[in-house]
Amino acid sequence: MKTLAELEEIRKKTFDEIGMRTNTDSIRVVVGMATCGIAAGAREVMNAFVSEIQKRDIHDVNVSATGCVGVCRLEPLVDVIDKNGKKVTYVNMTPERAAKVVLEHLANGKICLDYTLKEEK
Amino acid sequence: MQLFRSHVLVCGGTGCTSSNSEDLIIELNKSLEKNELDKEIKIVQTGCFGLCEEGPIMVVYPEGTMYCKVDVKDIEEIVQEHLLKGRIVSRLLEQRNAVAEGEYAIEKSGFFKKQLRVALRNCGIINPELIDEYIAFNGYKALGKALTEMTPMDVIKTVKNSGLRGRGGGGFPTGTKWGFAAQQDNEQKYVCCNADEGDPGAFMDRSVLEGDPHSIIEAMAIAGYAIGANYGFIYVRAEYPIAVKRLQIAIDQAKEYGLLGDNILDTGFKFDLEIRLGAGAFVCGEETALMTSIEGKRGEPRVRPPFPAVKGLWQKPTILNNVETLANIPVIMLKGSEWFASMGTEKSKGTKVFAVGGKINNTGLVEIPMGTTLREVIYDIGGGIPDGKKFKAAQTGGPSGGCIPASHIDTPIDYETLIELGAMMGSGGLIVMDEDTCMVDIAKFFLEFTVDESCGKCNPCRLGTRRMMEILDKITKGKGKMSDIDELETLARDIKASSLCALGQTAPNPVLSTLRYFRDEYEAHIRDHKCPAGYCKSLLAYAVIEDKCISCGKCAKNCPVSAISGSKKEKIPFVIDQDICIKCNVCFEKCPVDAITK
Repeated sequence: MKTLAELEEIRKKTFDEIGMRTNTDSIRVVVGMATCGIAAGAREVMNAFVSEIQKRDIHDVNVSATGCVGVCRLEPLVDVIDKNGKKVTYVNMTPERAAKVVLEHLANGKICLDYTLKEEK
Repeated sequence: MQLFRSHVLVCGGTGCTSSNSEDLIIELNKSLEKNELDKEIKIVQTGCFGLCEEGPIMVVYPEGTMYCKVDVKDIEEIVQEHLLKGRIVSRLLEQRNAVAEGEYAIEKSGFFKKQLRVALRNCGIINPELIDEYIAFNGYKALGKALTEMTPMDVIKTVKNSGLRGRGGGGFPTGTKWGFAAQQDNEQKYVCCNADEGDPGAFMDRSVLEGDPHSIIEAMAIAGYAIGANYGFIYVRAEYPIAVKRLQIAIDQAKEYGLLGDNILDTGFKFDLEIRLGAGAFVCGEETALMTSIEGKRGEPRVRPPFPAVKGLWQKPTILNNVETLANIPVIMLKGSEWFASMGTEKSKGTKVFAVGGKINNTGLVEIPMGTTLREVIYDIGGGIPDGKKFKAAQTGGPSGGCIPASHIDTPIDYETLIELGAMMGSGGLIVMDEDTCMVDIAKFFLEFTVDESCGKCNPCRLGTRRMMEILDKITKGKGKMSDIDELETLARDIKASSLCALGQTAPNPVLSTLRYFRDEYEAHIRDHKCPAGYCKSLLAYAVIEDKCISCGKCAKNCPVSAISGSKKEKIPFVIDQDICIKCNVCFEKCPVDAITK
């Protein structure tokens, strides 16, 4: 027999897993997953985001894929778009960098400037 | 637990299942594995999304992209393009209700925008075979709240104040019904769910059972607590195999979690339920017939009073609620009666689910706030009439209801306005008819149904409906007399007055309402031997208009019985031999210059 507290636990746990189906307005992590992105390791980056987000118990974040934006040399590219539509683009991502972005940006709201696009010299 | 970055929801309702949605799931699984995405993307079989016309339906989250009429051979492209690379496969998007550029979320499409989903809140969102997914969206929280924070009286008061009325057609206030049963002093009481959905074209209840079975179980347990019952029956027709299967899975899971059985949620409350399969007799949707059938006897209605709330199943106090009514209960408990009463009109609160069918583009399931106009349902949500045809009337309430003609298309839909128009809410079937529909024939269609389904207990219903059908048949064959209309009205009045149950009491309604709005069509059939809609075959004579005919020969080529002759070479206009013609309408459809009359 379940108690009310146990039900609440199931609710929270399952909602984290499936809440995306009702919440299309959350923070979005968009990984460039065109051929160029995948070749540069975008799949690993994307998986790193998903597992780190889960590990850090962060909610309201959706991870999705997108096509090529054209700067293939900077792939893997990752956009983090907040609830107001403000976008930060991270370039040359790796699974390690992804972990850092999850911790700094998604968990603590601090943009990882080192990984953003620098002005070309 | 593995967190998936994307969920692919595939409709597993009856409509999409019959268009092979299960094959899509098999193919998806294969393709995901092949592309090594099976650890990242989850496939979920859900209940009905409502847009059955465009099925099989598939929705991809987090984007909320809805793909329509998906074929097995589209799967690889969806996986490769969308799931792997994030590029939406636009050729499979829902076209007719297209959303603004760049917006793909299904909530933004024309079909969903004006809908308000309360009873259908979880349909097409959760996997109905997993109790955890129901719990994730606050499932069984309402039962917990009722058992721990409310007295049975509080529960009944909340339902009463919400203004919820029976969604099966009667429109009786649910809270009042519960109140009657609660007042009965009896140690054995029952809660029943009426899932014997019988109206032709109606499938609201089936969709709720298939898409969100736990909401019914939770609501029945709440009802049991409110009236002091510890046992329930869900009476569902055996023709709903998917609904029955998912319901049984749900009951088993609820028992496993201790949400049914003894000492629910450690509160000492005990409630259990079982499914009873009906054999599909329409009359068993009538409450007393349904209970007689549950008792194992022939499903026939009996005299009321005593009402079931006083003496129902095995003479014990029993409440019977329709599926959709029950589906509203958990939300009302959680969000409160004021919230529910804030939707709808003065006397009809909340929302209503309609199964929209007939001559309409978006055949499917819609849930709208009470008071929405018929125009909004047909044109904004339903996408209008196919082939640019004109809207003629809509039938609500199935064989017990009546039609709403085009002149009343701006009437807000609620219990009272529909009754005023001579129709009724019914359980929610909404059949749309266009200019090619003959209203006498429609009345005959519904009468044929009630003739078949009359249980035979009362003479007026058993014999009277048959007489009415015979008269209608005569009229559609051009053999009617003007006095037949009076005869129909007399029979209708007598059958309504002297039948025991609602089946007989409402059976003449389709005739009365078509007579009210389309008497001229009856008269045209009788007096002029013409069917104004061009539908009744006996009254049609197909002919070629000589001046218009271009001698192309398309009519003759397509005629299945070679009734048309003429010459393409010598440019001789074609003629139809009336003795051979079977009035199949093919020449009429094929003629490129509209040279055929009927």
